[in-house]
Amino acid sequence: MPPKPPMPWPALTAIAIIVLVLATAFAWAAGWIGKDRLTAPRLVDAIEGGKPYAGFRRAHSKGVCVAGYFEPSTQAAALSRAQVFSQPRTAVQGRLSIGGADPYALDAQARVRSLALLLKADNGQEWRMAMNSFPFFSVSTPAGFHKQLVASRPDPATGKPDPARMAAFLAEHPEAKRFQAWAKSAPWSSSWANTAYNGVNAFRFVDAAGRERFVRWSMEPQAPFEPLSEAERQQADPDYLAEELRARLRRGPLRWNLVIIEAAPGDPIDDPSQAWPENRPRHIAGVLVLNNSQPQATGRCRDVNYDPTVVPDGIALSGDPILAARAAAYSVSFNRRERETARDQAPPATDVTMQEVAR
Amino acid sequence: MNRHGHFDALARLLHWGMAVLVMAMLFVGVGMVASLALRPMLIELHRPLGIAILLLALVRLYHRWRSPPPPLPADLPRPQALAAKASHWLLYALMLAMPLLGWSMLSAGGYPVPMVGALRLPALVPHDPTLYAWLRGAHGVLGYALFALVLMHLAAALYHAWVRRDGVFDAMARSGRPRSMPSNETVAEPTPRLQD
Repeated sequence: MPPKPPMPWPALTAIAIIVLVLATAFAWAAGWIGKDRLTAPRLVDAIEGGKPYAGFRRAHSKGVCVAGYFEPSTQAAALSRAQVFSQPRTAVQGRLSIGGADPYALDAQARVRSLALLLKADNGQEWRMAMNSFPFFSVSTPAGFHKQLVASRPDPATGKPDPARMAAFLAEHPEAKRFQAWAKSAPWSSSWANTAYNGVNAFRFVDAAGRERFVRWSMEPQAPFEPLSEAERQQADPDYLAEELRARLRRGPLRWNLVIIEAAPGDPIDDPSQAWPENRPRHIAGVLVLNNSQPQATGRCRDVNYDPTVVPDGIALSGDPILAARAAAYSVSFNRRERETARDQAPPATDVTMQEVAR
Repeated sequence: MNRHGHFDALARLLHWGMAVLVMAMLFVGVGMVASLALRPMLIELHRPLGIAILLLALVRLYHRWRSPPPPLPADLPRPQALAAKASHWLLYALMLAMPLLGWSMLSAGGYPVPMVGALRLPALVPHDPTLYAWLRGAHGVLGYALFALVLMHLAAALYHAWVRRDGVFDAMARSGRPRSMPSNETVAEPTPRLQD
């Protein structure tokens, strides 16, 4: 028998190193190493705060499904070549909700209200929007948002956020003070229907000639503002907004104007925490009409991810880091709740209602 | 054909081109799931690249059928030969399955499947949360499996190149035509700029 050749250690070592380097790079890209790096799953973990509600959206967890249509104005087609602005009517399904991660929160106590929409044009292209009642976002970066979540987490001892940590966060992110001032002073309206919803993030509208302009948009209610007093808020039913909405819809459809606001050169287009000056050009691009609502657990909005980066040809994204982070976080949230729904961990609609009645 | 025991030019082009694409896809895939900043950009790349890999894999299978690859060395131990065969078919299976799973998964999640510009793909399956959850899980797990398989494939190829030196790596790395050796003249008279 011939003697066994010696093991070729240098070659084997080189191969092992190459494989190891690639595997490490892959693990880093996947966010498995570097525990202090903020990734989409870690941001959603912070939103859950250790208390995920199976089957529910991780943010804006409580809401109702709505449906209706969108009709563009005559000037809309000049702003963007998106087909929703040129076809006479586009079917819309969407969701009205309140801010926060608790699907059993009290409707009337929520400072933030939200409107999410999915418009599907006849050419199959979709425009998904996720708008909020605040006029600007609280922070300018995802890292700042994460710090805010951590700073506002209740202290187990007191049940309230630690004032020292909150102060430290505000010192580091002074832009959040603007948001706090809005939360303190903005009047509370009596309905989802008489609330304005703002896109907050900037987008690019592309017209038929390929010209681009940076825009933000808002849905401004046609229903007149009616205040909700402090006393009414405290005494309101847990599902106050949903019930009020149902009552309104029985009287007729609800309308909002889609207002497109154009940026001027130099306006912050990648910082949603900064409002644009009031005198920017505004165009009414159409009317949103909502004519029915369904419970979110059985309605069509339940299994839709209202990812605001799903845009049709004619609308493009800006470099706003919060916009990108919303897409990433919503996707993680969607994957988690759809997995829970598939495993039958999500309570059916009737259970949600019963739990709320019992409170 | 492989008269020289080599893969032909198209087979080599497809192999190395797809090596780059598949590796890029795997990193883009895990990167876009984790990243808060890059997701919109990476997912816009991920979808059309996935469909490109699906189409290229079909071209490659057709080409492989028309022009069979060179045989493995006769002295390769039987378990290694079996592992080589099995891993190659698994690689093909995953290169076909991953894009189809991704496409189906987006359809089941109720997402549109845009490609480039205004071009988009039709839904492969109905919008269904249970189906989505299953497909999303499979797309992730098989993605990790594909990465592991690609690493093993790479390690085995380098083992052939550096340890066994049996021509298996060369069959994919080189054309197989007799390589032009430097003539005595060029050795005797190097180009002036190489001097000194």
